[in-house]
Amino acid sequence: MSQATSLRKTDVTLTINGKSYTRQVEPRRLLVDFIRHDVGLKATHIGCEHGVCGACTVRIDGRTARSCLHFAVAVQGAEIETLEGLSADGRLAGLQKAFHDAHGLQCGYCTPGVLLTAEEFLSENPEPSEQEIRAALSNNLCRCTGYVNIVKAIANAARDRDKTTADPAGESRK
Amino acid sequence: MKPAPFEFRAPVSLDGVLEEMREHGEAARILAGGQSLVPLMNLRMLQPSVLVSINHCKELSYIRAEEDGLVCGALARQWDVEHDQVAIQRCPLLVQALHHVGARSNRNRGTVCGSLAHADPLAELPAVALALDADMIAASSTGRRVVPAREFFVGALENSLRPDEILEAVRFPYAPTGSRSCFIELGNRNHGFAIAGVALEVTFGEDGRCRRARLAVMGGENIAKRASDTEVALAGSIIDEAAAREAGRLTASLVDVAGDFHADAAYRRELVAVLVERALIQVASGAAGRARSI
Ligand SMILES: Cc1cc2nc3c(=O)[nH]c(=O)nc-3n(C[C@H](O)[C@H](O)[C@H](O)COP(=O)(O)OP(=O)(O)OC[C@H]3O[C@@H](n4cnc5c(N)ncnc54)[C@H](O)[C@@H]3O)c2cc1C
Ligand code: FES
Ligand code: FES
Repeated sequence: MSQATSLRKTDVTLTINGKSYTRQVEPRRLLVDFIRHDVGLKATHIGCEHGVCGACTVRIDGRTARSCLHFAVAVQGAEIETLEGLSADGRLAGLQKAFHDAHGLQCGYCTPGVLLTAEEFLSENPEPSEQEIRAALSNNLCRCTGYVNIVKAIANAARDRDKTTADPAGESRK
Repeated sequence: MKPAPFEFRAPVSLDGVLEEMREHGEAARILAGGQSLVPLMNLRMLQPSVLVSINHCKELSYIRAEEDGLVCGALARQWDVEHDQVAIQRCPLLVQALHHVGARSNRNRGTVCGSLAHADPLAELPAVALALDADMIAASSTGRRVVPAREFFVGALENSLRPDEILEAVRFPYAPTGSRSCFIELGNRNHGFAIAGVALEVTFGEDGRCRRARLAVMGGENIAKRASDTEVALAGSIIDEAAAREAGRLTASLVDVAGDFHADAAYRRELVAVLVERALIQVASGAAGRARSI
């Protein structure tokens, strides 16, 4: 196999936040680089580049995934969502406010990945215990906060979300 | 780092995948969920010249409840198996172990077959496959063969597939009536690689005695290992605290354990004894159900 063929670029088409993007990239182009460099959406961060820090978390076909562990060409045709899309349509508003209020970030490098992880977690576990929140965050690394305020922000977001989604009479909930 | 260049193939049929493997053999790697392969490629510890992705091969994406067991196709993702109703009801050990495999975002993408093929010494699923005597279904362009788990795992990061073969599916036998299971591990975190772990299924007779125990242990030195001597010792006995402790001690003397910066070998060995004891007490006391992490 010649080097020339393996460096050959191919068309990759992905839907990102509802918009279709086609770019010519090498097969080894990581999804995170496709999003950041080829498309220019910079909210998705790169930390470790080998799957352990969670900074690069996006959604692939509706579920969280690490964009540094996927080649763009291997998810050809997939629906990708990034922080930009989720915040633009208001799905993250409650969490974002809770992070703001509880100082759930310092430098903010880990925050996009934490928000996407927390959003998926809360959508399935609306009344989490602190231990469950910590477990859900156990593969998202934060160098700054010591996690205390991140955990608090997620707990507050769960509590507030609970209020807004509870039935008005409050009878079906304890 | 960025991975080295490679040729990329994404066949849409199993025949297409097998044809690529026939043609490229040694030089090719299957790309499933990428949760183990891509980190190694990003670190340039692996530089395959051809990558054959099965991600567009929909016919490999199934979880089937067959008569003699649950069959997970090569593209069955860990999260989907973990939440499959038949798996939850009839393959409790598998589901308990899946709770510990990486984080949610790894399980969303990682496949059951990919974890088995990768054969990491501290991976949960090989321990389950060994404990339950799962059947590995290997396929190549020349045909299929069923490889028993004990023959599939050769060593650390080594399986017995030929270069032109893929793991098409795995079949986990259903838990027998009267059985209870427990997957238990200790690690720095709830999910992610453990220091040591055990996969246990015990079938109890009407008289409450252990009719049959299946036990596999992972301790880091080599691929998980079946503790056959412990199984023999437990058969026919009442599992009380003394029996559980003795079984833990016996198991610890049988398995290979490694020392690394998370834990030295002596600690791991002690941990194996404790985990086996706890797992036995848990199944004996009927505290079955979801995996517990400690
Ligand atoms: C942060 C993090 C934490 C993790 N924690 C754990 C953990 O706690 N426990 C654990 O067990 N794993 C863990 N993993 C590893 C990982 O989740 C699994 O090993 C992984 O899911 C393997 O499956 P995959 O589908 O992603 O395989 P891939 O990465 O795509 O492939 C792995 C290897 O198997 C081969 N392969 C894959 N499918 C087949 C097939 N059908 N036939 C033949 N060969 C095949 C590939 O060629 C490659 O060599 C972790 C990974 C990360 C990034
Ligand atoms: S950059 Fe992807 S997990 Fe760290
Ligand atoms: S806020 Fe800085 S890494 Fe988390």
